[in-house]
Amino acid sequence: MAGAGGGGCPAGGNDLQWCFSQVKGAVDEDVAEADVISTVEFSHSGDLLATGDKGGRVVIFQREQENKSRPHSRGEYNVYSTFQSHEPEFDYLKSLEIEEKINKIRWLPQQGAARFLLSTNDKTIKLWKISERDKRAEGYNLKDEDGRLRDPLRITALRVPILKPMDLMVEASPRRVFANAHTYHINSISVNSDHETYLSADDLRINLWHLEITDRSFNIVDIKPANMEELTEVITAAEFHPHQCNVLVYSSSKGTIRLCDMRSSALCDRHSKFFEEPEDPSSRSFFSEIISSVSDVKFSHSGRYMMTRDYLSVKVWDLNMESRPVETHQVHEYLRSKLCSLYENDCIFDKFECCWNGSDRQHLARCWGRLSFPPCGAAGRGDIHAHAGAVRTAE
Amino acid sequence: MMLSKGLKQKREEEEEGKEALAVDTWWLDPGHPAVAYAPPAVASRSLFDLSVLKLHHSLRQSEPDLQHLVLVVNTLQRIQACMAPTAALPPMPSLPTAPGIADNLLASSDASLSASMASLLEDLSHIEGLSQAPQPLVDEGPPGHPTGGAAPILGALDLLGPATECLLVDGLEGLFEDTDTMYDSELWAPASEGHKSSPEDGPGKEEAPELDEAELDYLMDVLVGTQALERPPGPGC
Repeated sequence: MAGAGGGGCPAGGNDLQWCFSQVKGAVDEDVAEADVISTVEFSHSGDLLATGDKGGRVVIFQREQENKSRPHSRGEYNVYSTFQSHEPEFDYLKSLEIEEKINKIRWLPQQGAARFLLSTNDKTIKLWKISERDKRAEGYNLKDEDGRLRDPLRITALRVPILKPMDLMVEASPRRVFANAHTYHINSISVNSDHETYLSADDLRINLWHLEITDRSFNIVDIKPANMEELTEVITAAEFHPHQCNVLVYSSSKGTIRLCDMRSSALCDRHSKFFEEPEDPSSRSFFSEIISSVSDVKFSHSGRYMMTRDYLSVKVWDLNMESRPVETHQVHEYLRSKLCSLYENDCIFDKFECCWNGSDRQHLARCWGRLSFPPCGAAGRGDIHAHAGAVRTAE
Repeated sequence: MMLSKGLKQKREEEEEGKEALAVDTWWLDPGHPAVAYAPPAVASRSLFDLSVLKLHHSLRQSEPDLQHLVLVVNTLQRIQACMAPTAALPPMPSLPTAPGIADNLLASSDASLSASMASLLEDLSHIEGLSQAPQPLVDEGPPGHPTGGAAPILGALDLLGPATECLLVDGLEGLFEDTDTMYDSELWAPASEGHKSSPEDGPGKEEAPELDEAELDYLMDVLVGTQALERPPGPGC
């Protein structure tokens, strides 16, 4: 598995000091293609970190209990569970291979002892249950200690099985498979605040699922034109509002964000709000549209703001103002003069993510080989760059 | 049988495979005389050539990345829109006068560009022969679902060939092959707005599907052919 890790050490006051914590996986360049990490996601509490790789595997890390002798350092993350989520498939109708690469992982809110997460590749979403077993039952009536069945006719007395402790075993079992609903590649999944539904988005459509129903989904957004020759824009990311179960946003390859209210109509082709920053004429180039394409969109925990990531910047939007973002942070402006080279080698099409920390006071932007985390709303600090691989905050 | 193309391989091996896509980047060298003194039209045309190559490469994929394809096409349109009003080159005396400015640029292109275009035309013709399935006629397909299977490749040929009109206006016809056609036949047409069932719900619908006979034959050939490949060898083998 490619290296991933990171941590932060909160200092006093409003300043946040970051320090390197740990690396998981190989640190050298000799990495198998299947081991390359394709997505990461913390659980809501931050005690679990799930990673998906190109080989279709999911590895979950668990944070150890904090060491009281080092109160300012977080507990380390160690492997908790590993399982094969997706396998490569073949679409015989189209004669196409379906990659097993995990595109996205999303945790469901914890409601019991077991944990649930959704993982998706290009075509299929799966619901996984991760549960712990640290006890086993002994003293069955119908089978002996070796597990062999006993002849019921020879049972003369009944006994109550007793639970005995055993070494902790973490089991991952598939609970639901949501398939055959996406013609194009799935790029986003988002669990709704009602804890019953979730959305999945591909290049042209967004579908609404119920977690208990796998054989059908509702199409809520469809931007596919009647004539494909009129296609000029695709969906790049989508997310449900953290509190309003009827509100969702989706971003496009033209740098726009549309907020939709499912109460207005069954098919949300008409947006309720449209967020787009006018293009700066002084920086216009052939590549303006490519670098304006939004690769990720995330609501703040409060639900008041949302953050978007395009090729060169991170923007914070107030949902009450559609005309322009309230904050813009340049992540790697030095690349603007190199767009032609980046177009030539296709790096200009790379997609980056972003996220908020637990208090919505910081946000993290992923880029090549480094992190950029400008303080949200702070004045005079500038950007702070660090070399690490983490793309999530755990608070 | 492992059908995955994600076999474990060192990353450097994959990067070696990408070298075949490398193109001459002389236009990126600020010290190159052609770059230092090149008019904007030359840079635009170089980007145009690069974009055409990217488009060609994308179309050759078994399943093109739709976002990548859309962005490249839009960039091509931007470049073409920029080239058209600035390219005031007089037409070559030996060539017929073309109505579009872009045609003048193409007419005066050098031998390498002509050769690359010829190569692309040949490659796209080959792709058309391999991948095209018999498509139902337009008037037999469900409304709103373009079914011009042969048109996408032909449209791309128009894009790359010597166009008589504005290069990309008509050339984009059918560029985005409608991958929905396989699943959006009448068998799986959505019953109502806002509720589109999965394709597997098709047989339960009241309307009887009417697939084109040629399309049915093709599907049967694909299925039979696939089963024949998967059938284990007999005892005599």
